[in-house]
Amino acid sequence: MLYRTAGQFKTTYKADQALFPVRQDAVLLAIILLFAWVIFPLTASEFAFQTLLIPIMIYALAALGLNILTGYAGQLSLGTAAFMGVGAYACYKMVTLMPWMNPILAILLSGIFSAGVGVAFGIPSLRIKGFYLAIATLAAQFFLVWLFEKWAWLYNYNASGAIQVPNLDIFGIYVAGPQASSVVQYFVVLGIVTLLTLLCINLTRGNLGRTWKATRDMDIAAELIGINLMKSKLTAFAVSSYVVGVAGALFVFMWRGAAEPNLFDIPLSFRILFIAIIGGLGSILGNYLGAILIVGLPVVLGIVPEALGLPVSSAMVEHLNIMIVGGLIIFFLIIEPHGLARLWALIREKLILWPFPH
Amino acid sequence: MLTEIFITPFADMVAAPDFLMQVLWEGLVSGILYALIALGFVLIFRSSRIFNFAQGIMVVFAALTLVGLYAMGVPAWIAVGLTLVVMFILAVSIERIVLRPLVGQPDIILFMATIGITLFLIGLGEIIFGGENKVMITEELGIPTGDTVLEPWDGLLILQHLDITVVVVATLLVAALLAFLNYTQMGRAIRALGDDHQAALSVGISLQTVWVLVWFIAGIIALVTGIAWGARAGVSFALEVIAYKALPVLMLGGLESITGAIIGGLMIGILEKLFEIYWGQPLLGGNTETWFAFVLALVVLLFRPQGLFGERIIERV
Repeated sequence: MLYRTAGQFKTTYKADQALFPVRQDAVLLAIILLFAWVIFPLTASEFAFQTLLIPIMIYALAALGLNILTGYAGQLSLGTAAFMGVGAYACYKMVTLMPWMNPILAILLSGIFSAGVGVAFGIPSLRIKGFYLAIATLAAQFFLVWLFEKWAWLYNYNASGAIQVPNLDIFGIYVAGPQASSVVQYFVVLGIVTLLTLLCINLTRGNLGRTWKATRDMDIAAELIGINLMKSKLTAFAVSSYVVGVAGALFVFMWRGAAEPNLFDIPLSFRILFIAIIGGLGSILGNYLGAILIVGLPVVLGIVPEALGLPVSSAMVEHLNIMIVGGLIIFFLIIEPHGLARLWALIREKLILWPFPH
Repeated sequence: MLTEIFITPFADMVAAPDFLMQVLWEGLVSGILYALIALGFVLIFRSSRIFNFAQGIMVVFAALTLVGLYAMGVPAWIAVGLTLVVMFILAVSIERIVLRPLVGQPDIILFMATIGITLFLIGLGEIIFGGENKVMITEELGIPTGDTVLEPWDGLLILQHLDITVVVVATLLVAALLAFLNYTQMGRAIRALGDDHQAALSVGISLQTVWVLVWFIAGIIALVTGIAWGARAGVSFALEVIAYKALPVLMLGGLESITGAIIGGLMIGILEKLFEIYWGQPLLGGNTETWFAFVLALVVLLFRPQGLFGERIIERV
């Protein structure tokens, strides 16, 4: 009843093509944005910022980047974490070489470096497909992590081999480093994530997004109707790596505070792939749902035994967590292979018709 | 710089042929293990189009089960038998619980499911056996541990008996597998499913039986690799990474080619060792083995998309 769309007539093509043609969707989004921008910052605790809100945003952004490549353009990639690493290291070099630079600008620019690296490693996609390409992206994964470790210039020759985020400020307010407050960092993350999400929604709806989808659905047919496959695949790699690189810079500068090369190892790539697939390939909303599940679940599982008073050691909880996440991945794949976004779409369909079955 | 890349390494090779032989031998030993793991991948991929990422964790799981059973007081050889039983149960449960409900889903979904299996087994293994590094029961299994020293060209060539055993056992296992695939009824069924699913089903080959069988074979391979690698480096979850090494082998040899897996494995084992010793360590700071095989496979595929040994054009989808 709440979601009834009857009576919302479109009289122009423009209205029909709007971002949210159904009024209830727009209202729902407005409520979510209100929560994200006003209510959470006012009420959330330090713990909630650091373990839930900020990581969910960053993981969702990384998954969004991967989703553009895998979900929209159909090119499976297992090297996401390495591209995040490129973004993080590029940002680190920029703020240490040019300390006067606006840190937010540095974060946004660092994506350009990972986009360049992404295009270079995307070139094999012109000749190989599917799992062969997935293994090829693993080459990026292993090679780049090795490079982060061996190329001392990247971490300014410090002894630990890790990068430490310095204190960075905009007009006297610290946004990164040990002195920055969580609320400020949250707003920076939220701002960038909102901006890039809006950009991605529009890109995937536009001309570029359509060529990506055509390439994904059938590359030969796409080529026959005049789509330049090379351009389509490489732009997908570029845009995807840009978003992933920005997510990587946020990951280190706004959340972790420091990074070692092995942080960007293959488990992180898989985590992001899980988020994209459980959320739903080829959907924007899904990345957020997937990130909430994958980031939120371990937190919830960590609280439950304590709340019930069960004598379980923290190592045991961690192992149980891994097991349960593995089991849940299989469970979700079996009940809905198209992800949480499809689940929401089904619920929405039902809500629109409710209380009638058809 | 150019001489260091193009001349010095070869001069070193000629100057110390015994050391070159040593490097080649070590490359061969790891190469044959890569080939073995790649074979496990190929069998599962051919019969079910599943890109089995759980192969690595199966290696760890098999080795952990073996060591864990022995620690409980089970005699070594009976522990091997029991581990095989465990791997069989694992194969049946994976087929029942995970694969059967997912029949007909897109490849990437099945691939994700195997990563789910991987995570599940990591958690389960840590809970049952604990995460610390364990020692493989090499001597108890009757694997010789000494070494033979040869002196070709007045040099020194050390052959670990363990490595010799690994090469012999792995070669026998590969030969047995090939014989099984080529000369038995079940082997023919596996190959038939690999060639054409529908046709195989229509002549009455049971998909379920074949799937359990190939996962069980992958389990046996995992156990052998687990013993061989565990004897050299100890049994821990770090063993999982050797399964990643089989992936470039698959790229080179093709996901569906059994001979490709064997030759590709040997080639990558030897070449990555050569590169590491003669180019990686002096010029690049070492530890190049993590990525060299991938980059090699990538470069080869850029020029020969059908792989090194693919005679027919394989559509790489």
